[in-house]
Amino acid sequence: MTPETLAALQRARAEKRPVVLATRLADGAQHLLPDAAAPAVLAEAAAAALAADESGTVTIDGTAWFLHAHNPPLRLVVVGAVHIAQALVPMAAAMGLGVTVVDPRRAFATEARFPNVVVSHDWPDEALDALAPDVRTAVVTLTHDPKLDDPALDRALKSPAFYIGALGSKKTHAARLKRLRALGHDDATMARIRGPVGLAIEAVTAPEIALSILAEIVAVRRGAALAQKLAA
Amino acid sequence: MSETANAFAEAEDVLSQAASWRAAGEKVALATVTETWGSSPRPAGSRLAVTASGHMAGSVSGGCIEGAVAEAAMETLRTGVPKLLDFGVTHERAWEVGLACGGKVKVFVEALA
Repeated sequence: MTPETLAALQRARAEKRPVVLATRLADGAQHLLPDAAAPAVLAEAAAAALAADESGTVTIDGTAWFLHAHNPPLRLVVVGAVHIAQALVPMAAAMGLGVTVVDPRRAFATEARFPNVVVSHDWPDEALDALAPDVRTAVVTLTHDPKLDDPALDRALKSPAFYIGALGSKKTHAARLKRLRALGHDDATMARIRGPVGLAIEAVTAPEIALSILAEIVAVRRGAALAQKLAA
Repeated sequence: MSETANAFAEAEDVLSQAASWRAAGEKVALATVTETWGSSPRPAGSRLAVTASGHMAGSVSGGCIEGAVAEAAMETLRTGVPKLLDFGVTHERAWEVGLACGGKVKVFVEALA
């Protein structure tokens, strides 16, 4: 790898641009894609690698290339700058998730409680509109307050977010689904919400609940059987 | 293609470490897992950076082939020629190391130059 290629790759990562480093295994020649100068078949294979978020070796016209997909980090939007969020945010950051905390209550979402984290004081529906959750975004609501959780869940359900979780007991969740139904969401759509949030590990403390949420996010992301079972 | 390393970030930023070693005047080689079969411990895309002075960052296995990869990296640093290494149960004689897990991996070694 040339220092120039490394610098370009590092720039793309810093700017959160999805790129593929293509290496011809026979001699180490490299392209950083997208690159208008690269062959079209290579560009297509690179786009597929990014879409699947998978690195691997492919053979193109009899030549072996290693396609190294570098997608920007997965994002986690945490609605509610509450006690559990204080445990969840640093653990999520350690896993490499890009975290944003949303809470219009400024007394909760302070720099002191959430150092080095992006905090939005917008109302959750506006914050979610601005963040535009995509297929690489997880949304978790933690406020227990329908005024804050519901608009966030409404927007999350209208987005392609890969994970939507809502803190609250089964009873709370049933009431929540009733309210969301009144907003026009059908049962199939609302089945995307993980509620009660997190894998069932009998979590009690805030860090334990954070662990169960992150474990569930990984399970969903990786298509683990555990996640499938919970969805049923 | 196998499971990716990209969905969640690695604990160690190998590329940044490689860049800062090079900026400090070190000769640096990069090793990358390009293919895996069976129960190999690290997915395609996993990286190891090695300096001529013997520093290492990242990993391409659970530790079972790092030594052999580092040796190959030293040779690549001397010759400037990249190489594709093949580790697995069927190649234990060629490399004198194998994967205890019974998996197989290919590792591409190149100089950062």
